[in-house]
Amino acid sequence: MSGNDLKYTGTHEWLRVEGDEVVVGLSDYAQGELGDIVFIELPQKGSVVTKDEALTTLESVKSVSEIFAPLTGEITDVNSSLEGDPGLINTDPCGKGWIFKMKFSDSGELSGLMSAEAYAEHTKG
Amino acid sequence: MSAVADTGAGTALHRQHLAAGARMVEFAGLEMPMFYEGIVAEHRRVRESVGIFDVSHMGELMVSGASALAFLDRLTTNRVAALKDWRVQYSAMCYESGGFIDDFLVYKLPGRYMLVVNASNKKKNLDWMLSHAAGDVTIEDSSGEMAIIAIQGPKSEATLDRLVPSGSPLPAYYEASMLELLGGDVLVSRTGYTGEDGFEIYCSKDEAVALWEALLDAGAPFDIGPIGLGARDTLRLEMGYCLYGNDIDEHRSPVEAGLLWITKLDKGDFVGRDAIVEINERGPAQRLLGFEVTGRGVPRHGQRILAAGEEIGAVTSGTFSPSLQKGIGLGYFKPCTPTDVEIDIRGRAVAARITPVPFYRGGSVRRKR
Repeated sequence: MSGNDLKYTGTHEWLRVEGDEVVVGLSDYAQGELGDIVFIELPQKGSVVTKDEALTTLESVKSVSEIFAPLTGEITDVNSSLEGDPGLINTDPCGKGWIFKMKFSDSGELSGLMSAEAYAEHTKG
Repeated sequence: MSAVADTGAGTALHRQHLAAGARMVEFAGLEMPMFYEGIVAEHRRVRESVGIFDVSHMGELMVSGASALAFLDRLTTNRVAALKDWRVQYSAMCYESGGFIDDFLVYKLPGRYMLVVNASNKKKNLDWMLSHAAGDVTIEDSSGEMAIIAIQGPKSEATLDRLVPSGSPLPAYYEASMLELLGGDVLVSRTGYTGEDGFEIYCSKDEAVALWEALLDAGAPFDIGPIGLGARDTLRLEMGYCLYGNDIDEHRSPVEAGLLWITKLDKGDFVGRDAIVEINERGPAQRLLGFEVTGRGVPRHGQRILAAGEEIGAVTSGTFSPSLQKGIGLGYFKPCTPTDVEIDIRGRAVAARITPVPFYRGGSVRRKR
């Protein structure tokens, strides 16, 4: 589940590019650091967002964390099953734990994302 | 989510934590385990069976001498004179203002007292005690030589039973005794911070690793596992126990905090008594109460508490309760607060209800603290 085909941000979101859309979630590394996620405020479907804007709040037992818009565009779908079972982000961060989908408006922003290898280096700390 | 710098300052059990896969955090200058497999799983293990904690970050201050009893009765809020040998007492020290210096356990051992204090308050306690010492009193900080291992949970007695010579009586609730463990005599008390039956074991640093491993072996039939500071916090908060720095501090007195039960106003004079009596007679401006979130969200330290849009208090401790599966917290409230309130969770007013503590009532602890 490490997801080698995925792109990553410095703020620990993963992205899977599907045409002019991306699926976004929280990286396996970040869910491990956060611990048990017990609550999520999902973004609004249809909202227009700017890269690096705070979109979503995740609460683990211990702390609060935010998910940022990795790209500029429009939220096209949210994973509403997380409302009943936010722990999916822990158990399957890159699969059933996906958080939202968005249509991006500037494909140039994709080049600023990290590869899986670069992200692994980034999290070595 | 930033990685913790390896300060190298760990307890005697640092390697055991790393080997068990702990996420380490810095706490009071020490690298301590936040969690191993996860806060919720560790919390459940303690509620259902038994968990083992490294609580070596706590400070141990030894007080002895002919004037030790008079000295401690003058500085602490509870009745030290009532303590017989091998008994333990929850107590506190306050400033003249009535504000807390710290809350701690006082152990009466033959010929001396031991205060087990919060890690971050150790120096403050020590300085205060040294500056108030009078008569024949010796105060020593033994924290550097000691380790503390706690086992907590309904199976903690069965775990310890497998390690002591057969037939050895274990201490009763809030009592201590010297138990033979691995061939040496070790101070063990039946105390804890979880709401479950359990023991705290005070040993020298060089005994800690062997005892930790032996307790893990002894608890193996009960699926014992290590518990980090994260679950220590959710367990204590489900019981409504105060945490210094969150729920009590130098600006709060035992009156506001609901800790008059460890404050013996009739025992004679002690530091802070006049102020505490005055606050109690006047009535506190705020009271520490428990609440549970009925809407969706997790309350956190510092968030505002609202009633009908008006700010009436602030959250001092908040978390998600693994046992109750909802947000719970403690906070200071103005008097005559309505039962139904709201917590300002990052701009969202989330419904909450004042609730008597403990939140969790199924614990195996022998009686209420």
